[in-house]
Amino acid sequence: MIKLVGVEKTLGGQPVLCGVDLEIPQGKLTTIIGRSGEGKSVLLKHMIGLFKPDRGEVWVDGTEISRLKGTALNDARKRFAMLFQGAALFDSLTVFDNVAFPLREKLGLPESDVARRVGEKLDQVGLTGMGHKFPAELSGGMKKRAGLARALVMEPEILLIDEPTTGLDPLMAKTIHDLIVAMHKTFGFTAVMVSHEIPEIFAISDWVAMLKEGKIAAMAPSKEFQQTTDPAILEFISVGGTVALAHAVREG
Amino acid sequence: MVTAMITRLGRTTLFLLGEMGRMLLFLVATIAWFTRPPLRPLQILKQLHFIGFKSSFVVVLTAAFTGMVLGLQGYYSLRKFGAEAALGSAVALSMIRELGPVLAALMVTARAGSAMTAEIGIMRITEQIDALDTMAINPLQYLISPKLVAGLIGVPLLVAIFDVVGIYGGYLVGVELLGVNAGSYWSSIESAVEWKDVYGGILKSISFGLIVSWVCCYKGYYTRMSAEGLGTATTEAVVLTSVLILVWDYFLTSVLL
Repeated sequence: MIKLVGVEKTLGGQPVLCGVDLEIPQGKLTTIIGRSGEGKSVLLKHMIGLFKPDRGEVWVDGTEISRLKGTALNDARKRFAMLFQGAALFDSLTVFDNVAFPLREKLGLPESDVARRVGEKLDQVGLTGMGHKFPAELSGGMKKRAGLARALVMEPEILLIDEPTTGLDPLMAKTIHDLIVAMHKTFGFTAVMVSHEIPEIFAISDWVAMLKEGKIAAMAPSKEFQQTTDPAILEFISVGGTVALAHAVREG
Repeated sequence: MVTAMITRLGRTTLFLLGEMGRMLLFLVATIAWFTRPPLRPLQILKQLHFIGFKSSFVVVLTAAFTGMVLGLQGYYSLRKFGAEAALGSAVALSMIRELGPVLAALMVTARAGSAMTAEIGIMRITEQIDALDTMAINPLQYLISPKLVAGLIGVPLLVAIFDVVGIYGGYLVGVELLGVNAGSYWSSIESAVEWKDVYGGILKSISFGLIVSWVCCYKGYYTRMSAEGLGTATTEAVVLTSVLILVWDYFLTSVLL
């Protein structure tokens, strides 16, 4: 289980996180919502040690990851994978080599095993036969799928997903959401996703948490979260829903 | 007015000291990560190809014309004293001691150093460096240390090429064009150039190779997260590396002489 206790972070003189207390349930898909610039991605990066809190603690199954450095931090990260907002594919490598990268670097598998496992993952994310392409030749949705394949190829226990549908059309966004849900069901990892996609995230998440003014304003199972009486949260999720409805009407 | 000036001066001094400290820590951490397995010889060879082999054309071109202009200037200066026979030693000593290491390092900075900063900076902005971290692969070990090692090996080799081509450039102008005796040219080199001149040149080129890779990688690694930030980082990398090369050259020369 991932647990954040009183996490505070200031970036460029601006307080971003102001005492975040959060527990991520094991094996569930938890989505963190909040306004742009609230620090959701910063919060996500604290969980894998890409950011160190100024104050507070980040625990992953009894290990305080926020205190680890060097090899110990690398060892702790072996349980994680992360899908970045822009997919963060290595642009000098093909899709195949991107997905194969952690297998070759971390496991040193024979090339026949690498090819088999990469092929399986590319099939699962719907990128069969695209292994030879470079990231620059892919569409936004394909990049996200390749990023997901790379994230999942090491079969992580914890998957962090940073705004997986930003910049995608609604149809592609739904495809990516469906893919994440399918992978989550198949592999049973703990997933933490940052997203703005309201109301879609309520249908796919087990838990929803809202970050507001640097703190977790609410966290509840998805269905309960929608019945909140907090006016600020209600406003945020109903505006999100209205925008989504307007999109849906426009799309016919 | 005076207080504001002192405050500004203090702030700038503190910033510069902080930056120097960060740069030093970056170098120490990179060296520490390099000594841990895996050693990644293929990555080092790839970087050696980029820093060394791909810079060889521009280095040969610069060396040839530097040697030729030295031959020309040296000939007319030495002729005033009737010492044209010493042209070979003048060209060779200038090349081996100073011009070879400094000019080759400056050319590598312009060609490969700026590209290193831009490449690492783009990787930072597009979160590719963070992606390495999340895969439990240390970016200093995977990305930076092969470039550092390639700089340490590649620049001295390029300097050696620069020296040889430069001396032949001087020969071409001095002997073939202006009529200096070929035997005098080579024998003056043989009698004037000592091992300590060659050793000093090698020492300089190794340290310049370290400066180029270190500063350019550092500037790319800590680039600000914008296109403008990347442009600034690349400019700063080239300027700082060039200045450091010239300053370090003076200090090293004063110690070696």
